[in-house]
Amino acid sequence: MDTRTQEFLEYVQGGGQVETADWMPDDYRTRLVKFIEMHANSELMGVLPERDWILRAPTLQRKLALTAKIQDEVGHAQLIYRVVADLGKPRSACLDDLVSGKAKFHNVFHYPTKTWGDVGVIAWLVDAAAIVSQKALLKCSYAPYARIMKKICWEESFHILHGRDVILALVTGTEEQFELVQEALDRWWEPLMHFHGNPIPADEDPMYVWRIKSQANEDARQQFLDGYVPQIRELGLEIPDSALRRDEESGRWLYTEPDWDRLRAVVTGHGPASEERLAFRRLSREQVAWVENVVLAEAA
Amino acid sequence: MQERSKADLLLELADDELFLGWRNSEWTGIAPFLEEDVAFSSIAQNEIGHARALYELAARELDTTADALAFDRQPEEYRCAPLVELRRLEWARTIARHWLYETADEIRLAALKASDDPEIAGIASKIDREETYHRLHAEMWVERLLVSEDGRARLNEAVEELWPYALGVLDDELRPELRSRIEGRLGRSLPEVEPVPRGRHEAELAELWQEMTVVRRSAPTGAQW
Amino acid sequence: MIFEVFRQERKGQPFQHAGSLDAPDEHFAEIYAREQYGRRQESVALWLVPRASLHEIDDFPDEFDLKYRRVDGYSIKARLREARERAGTLQG
Repeated sequence: MDTRTQEFLEYVQGGGQVETADWMPDDYRTRLVKFIEMHANSELMGVLPERDWILRAPTLQRKLALTAKIQDEVGHAQLIYRVVADLGKPRSACLDDLVSGKAKFHNVFHYPTKTWGDVGVIAWLVDAAAIVSQKALLKCSYAPYARIMKKICWEESFHILHGRDVILALVTGTEEQFELVQEALDRWWEPLMHFHGNPIPADEDPMYVWRIKSQANEDARQQFLDGYVPQIRELGLEIPDSALRRDEESGRWLYTEPDWDRLRAVVTGHGPASEERLAFRRLSREQVAWVENVVLAEAA
Repeated sequence: MQERSKADLLLELADDELFLGWRNSEWTGIAPFLEEDVAFSSIAQNEIGHARALYELAARELDTTADALAFDRQPEEYRCAPLVELRRLEWARTIARHWLYETADEIRLAALKASDDPEIAGIASKIDREETYHRLHAEMWVERLLVSEDGRARLNEAVEELWPYALGVLDDELRPELRSRIEGRLGRSLPEVEPVPRGRHEAELAELWQEMTVVRRSAPTGAQW
Repeated sequence: MIFEVFRQERKGQPFQHAGSLDAPDEHFAEIYAREQYGRRQESVALWLVPRASLHEIDDFPDEFDLKYRRVDGYSIKARLREARERAGTLQG
């Protein structure tokens, strides 16, 4: 490693922050762009599983809350793509790569949403898993990204509240409504356990080394389990992993090892809803392409 | 103004706002670009918010709840104008409908703000204040579309298609005002057409209603959500 | 065009940079900023500035260490002690 890069490494590991115009090692820049781009893509793709339910939401309040949640996610995508654009990759290039399948987005958005129970589980637990990661990103060495994470984290907290409220209404409703939640949880548990990524040790994870991530994947997962397993169980819901338990001595959660090959397959576009969602995005984009031409026309 | 009970008037307004809000919320996540997506979603939410406030007033008249009025009627019992029922997930038509509706609504609300009934006058004022921003947004898009040949052609085509429906939003005596404003802005005259009035519904409404009530109907009436 | 958005959280507070957005012109930018940074009533005011109008300065040379302009340029402890001793007001 050359001196300049070594100094940069020590700087970020010491808590130093990097701004857009600062010099960055190529490796740092490349990984940074890829990571932030994946986050932007995830916010955008995350909209698709949920938006069908806006129409089907069973009360006016739920309809409004769900629309607002999805609106927040679109807003997050806007903020994050702006950060990527300032790093040199324009939004249109990101969207091209997204719809062509070249770029990745988080595993959880490759799965179908089958019932209103999914709406609750996603807003409550998927967003909870996301917020664990996002809080860690508040300390990202790349300052423009760290700064927007503040607004994102603040808005995500509303989503979790909304999600929990949906779940609570269902688990205190009819038996069928309770079952809706249990069944959704059964399907979403594996994607949730995959969410924080494979348990690579922090010092072997280049994202951590560069302090782009400030938390090891497994620590994030443990934090999620710590916070949410008790909350799930106290509602009388069963988590579909009989091996899941907290080791009293170490305080760490033990669980059935997730299938990491399956995670890899999902994020490379082979999830149950990946192709359909990308096709939908591609089509929507084509249909509105003319709008961009019109709005960019010079005013008379 | 056409004779109708207070409850019926409120339901007309509420149903218009509810279905238009729904149609507009269909763009959430897939609008032409992200900034517009966020802005348009707020407009859709405002509309549903208006619907809710109107349903709450109607619910007091009819001794029921806002949600029951919004969801638990049969399709033929809704009083919305056909304009808001159309599924037009195409941007030029969406903007045209948005602009036509907001203009018609402004005319309608002006009349209602002068109502003897303080509740009607009050809610009309509140809605009108919020819709100032909707009108600004619609006007901004209309201006942008009219600036280019392509945009102008698309907007005009969309307005012509939706024109009979737009007229149907308003009572007879308010229609000339709508025509005058739209023609004035476009700088051209629109054809004489049969307005598509309230009272008959587009086929799309029944489809929409099926999907919008599918979750709600899966539990007994009165179930909590 | 890219616009930078500054927001004021409450009256009396400074305007702080909140983010940036793309818009065809300032009319669109206003509407977009209003929604992106104000839909939850989280700001009492916004400033919108085209990015091209912002001039950044990030270079402040201090070759000759003009310390008298800063707090660390003054070391009054010793003299203050002397003055207090002289006046008989030294405590402890």
